[in-house]
Amino acid sequence: MLGFQLLNGLTFAALLFVVASGFTLVFGLLRIVNLAHGALYLLGGYVAYEVGGRSGSFAAGVVAAMVAVALAGLALDRGLLRFVKGQDLRQVLLTVGVGLVLNDLFLVIWGGDAFTVPTPEALQGAAVVMGVFYPKYRLFVLLAGVAIFVLLWLVMNRTRYGALIRAGVDDAEMLSATGVDQGRLFVITFMLGSALAGLGGAMGGAFLSLYPGADAEILVFSLAVVIIGGRGSLEGAAIGALLIGLLNTFGQVWFPELSYFVVFGPMALLLAFRPYGLFGRAA
Amino acid sequence: MFILAGLVALGGMPLLLPSYHLGIASEILIFSVLAMSVNLLAGYAGRTPLCHGAIFGTSTYVVIIAAAAGVPVWAACLLGVAAAGGLSVVFGIIAVRTSGVYFLLLTLALGLIIWGICLRWTGVTGGENGLRGDLRQGWLADPQRLYWLILGVGAVLTFAMWRLVRSPFGLTLRAIKDSPSRMAALGHDVPAHLFAAFVASGLFAGAAGALYALFNDFVSPTTVALPQSVEGLLMAIVGGVGSILGGLVGAFVLIALEQFVSAYTERWLSVLGLTAIAIMLFAPQGLLGLLQRKSQ
Amino acid sequence: MKRRIVLATLAAPAMLRAQSTSGPIKIGLMAPLTGVAASGGREIVEGFQMYFETINGRIGGRAVEVTVEDDASNPDTALQKARRLVEQGNVHFLFGNLLANTGLAVANYVRGTGTPYFIPVIAADDLTQRSRLPNVVRVAGYSASQFSRPLADWAYKQGYRRIATISQDYTFGHEQCGGFAQKFTSLGGRVLQQFWHPLNTSDFSPYMGQLANAGVDAVFAMETGADATRLIQAYASFGLKGRIPLMGAMNASDQSVIRTMGAEAEGIVSAAHFAEGSTNAITQAFVADYDRRFQKLPSLYGFSHFSGAMWVAEALKTIGADAENRERLLAAVRATTLTGSPLGAPVSLDAYGNPVYDAFIRRVVRRPDGKLWNAPIETYPRVDQFWGFEPEAYMRQPAYSRAFQGPR
Repeated sequence: MLGFQLLNGLTFAALLFVVASGFTLVFGLLRIVNLAHGALYLLGGYVAYEVGGRSGSFAAGVVAAMVAVALAGLALDRGLLRFVKGQDLRQVLLTVGVGLVLNDLFLVIWGGDAFTVPTPEALQGAAVVMGVFYPKYRLFVLLAGVAIFVLLWLVMNRTRYGALIRAGVDDAEMLSATGVDQGRLFVITFMLGSALAGLGGAMGGAFLSLYPGADAEILVFSLAVVIIGGRGSLEGAAIGALLIGLLNTFGQVWFPELSYFVVFGPMALLLAFRPYGLFGRAA
Repeated sequence: MFILAGLVALGGMPLLLPSYHLGIASEILIFSVLAMSVNLLAGYAGRTPLCHGAIFGTSTYVVIIAAAAGVPVWAACLLGVAAAGGLSVVFGIIAVRTSGVYFLLLTLALGLIIWGICLRWTGVTGGENGLRGDLRQGWLADPQRLYWLILGVGAVLTFAMWRLVRSPFGLTLRAIKDSPSRMAALGHDVPAHLFAAFVASGLFAGAAGALYALFNDFVSPTTVALPQSVEGLLMAIVGGVGSILGGLVGAFVLIALEQFVSAYTERWLSVLGLTAIAIMLFAPQGLLGLLQRKSQ
Repeated sequence: MKRRIVLATLAAPAMLRAQSTSGPIKIGLMAPLTGVAASGGREIVEGFQMYFETINGRIGGRAVEVTVEDDASNPDTALQKARRLVEQGNVHFLFGNLLANTGLAVANYVRGTGTPYFIPVIAADDLTQRSRLPNVVRVAGYSASQFSRPLADWAYKQGYRRIATISQDYTFGHEQCGGFAQKFTSLGGRVLQQFWHPLNTSDFSPYMGQLANAGVDAVFAMETGADATRLIQAYASFGLKGRIPLMGAMNASDQSVIRTMGAEAEGIVSAAHFAEGSTNAITQAFVADYDRRFQKLPSLYGFSHFSGAMWVAEALKTIGADAENRERLLAAVRATTLTGSPLGAPVSLDAYGNPVYDAFIRRVVRRPDGKLWNAPIETYPRVDQFWGFEPEAYMRQPAYSRAFQGPR
């Protein structure tokens, strides 16, 4: 039973990591708290639902979701955020506005019914893990989450692009002193962050379903993950996701009446001692 | 003189307005106090909070719960304000060490905790269904009298905030907002000032929440949810960050807009979102405080 | 799109009666058009509108003017919109709302104004029991615990003796589970475990292991909207489907949930007064008509508001469409026996303002065209909100809550 709930916590954490890693990248490098990140997640889910359903290919749905949301991110960055560049509070409230509009737009397009991204035959049904029946799809999410963590870690630590991002997260001025094309780096990062939200939407849309309000729910969890992990930290996002994923699962099992408090209480406690999170530094 | 004339005009409203519009006017007054309390922090201390909906709503909950437990209404209101103050003390301790967007994020998270508690602590808060009060009895049953009460209390609170920002304390706050490091170097206790500002702001938000309890006679988790905080902040910004009376303008603009828009379409969320975007892009006069803040 | 849908504005020239009954009958309809319950809210408006279209927007010679307001799935907004409809719109009566919290907020408001308020889908037991109001009537609706009792009876007859329930943690859930638990226990069955989760629970997996290991013969699930979708999916993907029979509250397998689902929803058993898969010709005509108009099978929400509108319209006809006279209207509504509803069977209110129905035990099955619907497998005649209990004695026990699920 413990192993079973552990798997539940881990698979949920894997999804949270994918979504929150995009959030924390953008927050870390561009200093933008993108409160439309949840709406981008939901957009990715809806795109995956449409494309995946029509083409009959889950992979096509996932790719389409990532591309579409990356483009939406591009439009958001170039079309709106560009005009309030460097003004972090204006940016936050702007993304709040964008989130509201997107959410309403989705309601107009897709109505309020709950949709599920169709999964391929091979990922349906249950497998036997640690002696218990467990849905194959959730195991896939877990593996995908780990793979994405490894991939992102390699990008961040083994490539020039990653080195630039890390430099920018630590010290924005130092980055501009290196003479790289900052604008391009920022746009690419924003698109990458958005694509991760889209990927999360496609993955999550297959087992958490898509409906108005799903954006706010995932956003709240992502915020908690990033606040715990610290701005711009991939490792922080991973640890934060694990913590929130496990707290959410075991909180529901052991303290059903306090389930939200179990998730957010420890976050508040942590903040009292480390206001910038586990791996974060003052911006 | 100008203010007096305004007060007289506002005081005369009940004689002119039909009951529904009087309700809207009451709501505008209540939310303008909330917007002003946000402004106290955002405009004068340079800390933009997203937890004031939670502080406001905590007071509303406490008033309704206390009154249901037999506490006289006026005492319940004081309890509500006290609860908001207590909550602000806790939030303030955690939050004032940060600034900028981190402060915003942190206060947002703290507000979420309150929302989670109100949603789940069913035995006390009524959970999703919320709590129906029984406050509007006797003297308070009349909407006109309630309006005048809200106007009177609102005017006193506004005056208090206006005095506060012009006091030496308020001037120090503004100096801290412009340059915290300089003020620290000059020997001012910056965190203590910010903490005091946070608690004061929370007390005012709590007073608005108590008035809301009287007005609405009902409270549910949506009263403490994030959109409430966002709306309070937007009202403060629309009216002009760093201008106390701007809260009244902001509350009027947003509530009147909602009333107008929802008569024609249910796409109010889109309109609100587009309004927020437009203000952020094109209305720097309302954003003066934030503009100054970012340069730090 | 304009919010105000005026269904028939032409004042009939022939109508020259010099009483107050001139001008249109003004109805305020509130529905969650945005927010979590938006899909049900849309169907509330559709069903309501559809009825008035079938009668050409007129009742007893008077035009009907319906003003639709969005309650945004939010009780504060619902309260504000109710004020607007009553105080500014001067509507003759209010209709609608979907979520219990919005309905309870509006009920609290009309308690003061006396405005008639009709609630076809607000199921909170006490609105027609312990704290009933003279001006709040559940036309064409049901009380939350009403149909979970026959379901419990059916479950017991299937040989189930040990049950677990899983439910959203709010009044609507407490009451549906309470009705089930009390009946099932009184028959001699046992409710081994009850899981209460918050509305909009993102991840149901933690409960699946607990349900699988609870050692029960069947599970009763009380879910609405996206939670229902997620629970049914998790139930299938964790391999519980097929191993432990799943029974649902009627909302859990409502069209609003199953129309976007597949095989995972098949076989769920629930109890309700309406079954879109009923073989009754009148029901089928309604279902086909609804499908033709809105390209979907009717949910509980659409059906209830179609029938609710019909109920009040029929009552108005008996009093010369005198919508201004509240007492007369309410008395007429209470006295009406609705014969023309899509149920194809007469329905009337009990002494407390809640309808009495023949209850169907329904199973989700696939139609020949591939769509899922609820088909009746058994009928319990004349099920009222107290079914099997003496009303006054029943109301002396506390309302169902997380703590009280019937005497143990």
